[in-house]
Amino acid sequence: MSSEDRDKREPMGDVGDAVLECQHLGIEFGGLRAVNDLNLVVGRTQIAGLIGPNGAGKTTVFNLLTKVYQPTHGTILLDGQDTARMSAAKVSKAGIARTFQNIRLFSTLTVEENVRVGLHNQVECGMWSSILRLPRFWASEREYHRRALELLDVFGMADNADDVAGSLPYGAQRRLEIARALATNPKLLLLDEPAAGMNPSETAGLMEAIAHIRDTFGVAVLLIEHDMELVMGICEKITVLNFGEVIGSGTPADIQGNPQVIEAYLGKQDAREGGE
Amino acid sequence: MGMLGNLRKTTRSHILTYAIVVVAYVVLQCLVSTHSISYFLGGLLVPVCVYVCLSISLNLVVGVSGELSLGHAGFMSVGAFSGLAASICLRGVVGPDPLRLAIAIVVAGVMAAIAGIVIGLPVMRLRGDYLAIVTLAFGEIIKNLLNNLYLGVDANGLHFSMESSRALGLQRGIVIIDGPQGASGVDKLSTLLAGFLLILFTLTVVLNLVNSRTGRAIMAVRDNRIAAESVGINVTKYRLIAFVVSATLAGMAGALYAMNYSTVVPKKFDFNTSILILVFVVLGGIGNIRGGIVSAALLTLLPEMLRSIGDYYMLIYAVVLIVVMIATNNARVRSAFDALRDRLRRRPGDGPTLSAGAANGGGTHEQ
Ligand SMILES: Nc1ncnc2c1ncn2[C@@H]1O[C@H](COP(=O)(O)OP(=O)(O)O)[C@@H](O)[C@H]1O
Ligand SMILES: [Mg+2]
Repeated sequence: MSSEDRDKREPMGDVGDAVLECQHLGIEFGGLRAVNDLNLVVGRTQIAGLIGPNGAGKTTVFNLLTKVYQPTHGTILLDGQDTARMSAAKVSKAGIARTFQNIRLFSTLTVEENVRVGLHNQVECGMWSSILRLPRFWASEREYHRRALELLDVFGMADNADDVAGSLPYGAQRRLEIARALATNPKLLLLDEPAAGMNPSETAGLMEAIAHIRDTFGVAVLLIEHDMELVMGICEKITVLNFGEVIGSGTPADIQGNPQVIEAYLGKQDAREGGE
Repeated sequence: MGMLGNLRKTTRSHILTYAIVVVAYVVLQCLVSTHSISYFLGGLLVPVCVYVCLSISLNLVVGVSGELSLGHAGFMSVGAFSGLAASICLRGVVGPDPLRLAIAIVVAGVMAAIAGIVIGLPVMRLRGDYLAIVTLAFGEIIKNLLNNLYLGVDANGLHFSMESSRALGLQRGIVIIDGPQGASGVDKLSTLLAGFLLILFTLTVVLNLVNSRTGRAIMAVRDNRIAAESVGINVTKYRLIAFVVSATLAGMAGALYAMNYSTVVPKKFDFNTSILILVFVVLGGIGNIRGGIVSAALLTLLPEMLRSIGDYYMLIYAVVLIVVMIATNNARVRSAFDALRDRLRRRPGDGPTLSAGAANGGGTHEQ
């Protein structure tokens, strides 16, 4: 319960304009509490970070938010709306989109088709219109093509539109996942280790892209990342998890100065930064 | 170039598929009209069309939706018996035979669709691959159910019983389905033309569905279920759509099949038939609609064509099976075939693939 006292009210969280608000969120796997009593607020167009050592429960938090797992404790409010009874698909419609730590593309479909699937609930066309090839179908296909290419263009992938997604290089696959997530027109974008496996120049490009995405699409971003430079560089707020519990939360400066965080996380991973 | 090239590539592939069907029909129709077709082969024309339709429709579940269905013959039999019952009830009511056949096929499709929903709805809600076991059971159950079903019609309407034909209490009516004896006195309404039209219908429905928002959702669920959910796709709905459309088309083919014979018994639609249809799909390359059409036609005709060489035909049949299997499913052999084709045509080949095969098929000119 000590963590609850500490993080009862988030220092940066302006609750009046929060897009995401989790209270006492938790899940048990058998006896293991993978996430315990998590309070987390993300502002409307904030870029927030979720960090912590391997196995801390970061990905599990994303899985709870997107209903891959049903929480055993707590509530999730998305834009004031309780997602308790929502399925994963409903949560997407309500406005949460995500990428995956282990890339999950529709690997036999083309790059454009992947984004088109992301646009599934943005451009409607019923089964009968499709089978009968009614004008409605052709209009929707044009709309799909236009919007998919517009999104791919943001990520410099318009030229790869017809490539099979599974054949793309690693970095491109990660960018495609973000494009697909944005296609759902989310309020909150969850990025699970977006820079994993990227070289420094790709990572720099990614940082720029994330800031650009927030500005042009007006989404809030919550990202999990091990690359401290990226996290400290673009996150306005950071929450640190260890063994499923929040051990610190605040601005990058707060986090870098928090002794508990340094010991649990930064101290182990990067002694020089922690020592200062 | 990008999008247009892609569109043209898919369209070209579809045109080729339709062209193969049309040309095959025209050739066969000419042979029939000039009486230059053997008696045995003539009797196989409608069954070939039926199996082609079944192969296309099963590909929607196995190839496009990526799930194993072992009860396709069950939906075929639902369509067969409901279709022939409809055609017998409409005797004298509806004049022209083709119209009566068309109505019977529609009735068959509706009944098979209902069966598909009843079977599919509970299974698709489950997470995991329970479809194979449930469809296997469905195939057996429907066969046993039909083995014990007695259906008759008289002036008072339809009568049915699960005991005997006498229990129907018909007053000068006719018994349509007589338990294990099945249906006899069926009107032979099916023709090669009807079969050809049903293939075109089935092909159009499946190809149009696959290349649409609905089809992309079905393939997305196949490729990655969790990712599909994460972009707001209702997984149950799209698995069910693929399954029910497939069942409907199988039912329609079943009606065409039934009305090619004067007697139809439930035993015909057993597990072996379901497996046979699955073999067409697998041999043609899973997800490869055109391949499935060709393998269904060849494997249905082959035993007859080899009959003349006597006892060895089963041996040759087996060898052909193995060769076709290797040729369509072995990446190395396929790329060799593709390379050969490319050299002959002097341009890159485009596979008709709709699924996992696309990744291999498209990669040939990169090697
Ligand atoms: N489905 C599951 N079943 C059991 N344990 C799980 C499951 N998912 C995650 N865990 C456990 O929860 C803990 C947190 O995992 P995870 O959220 O993946 O950590 P990370 O912070 O590295 O992303 C780990 O101990 C992991 O083994
Ligand atoms: Mg993780």
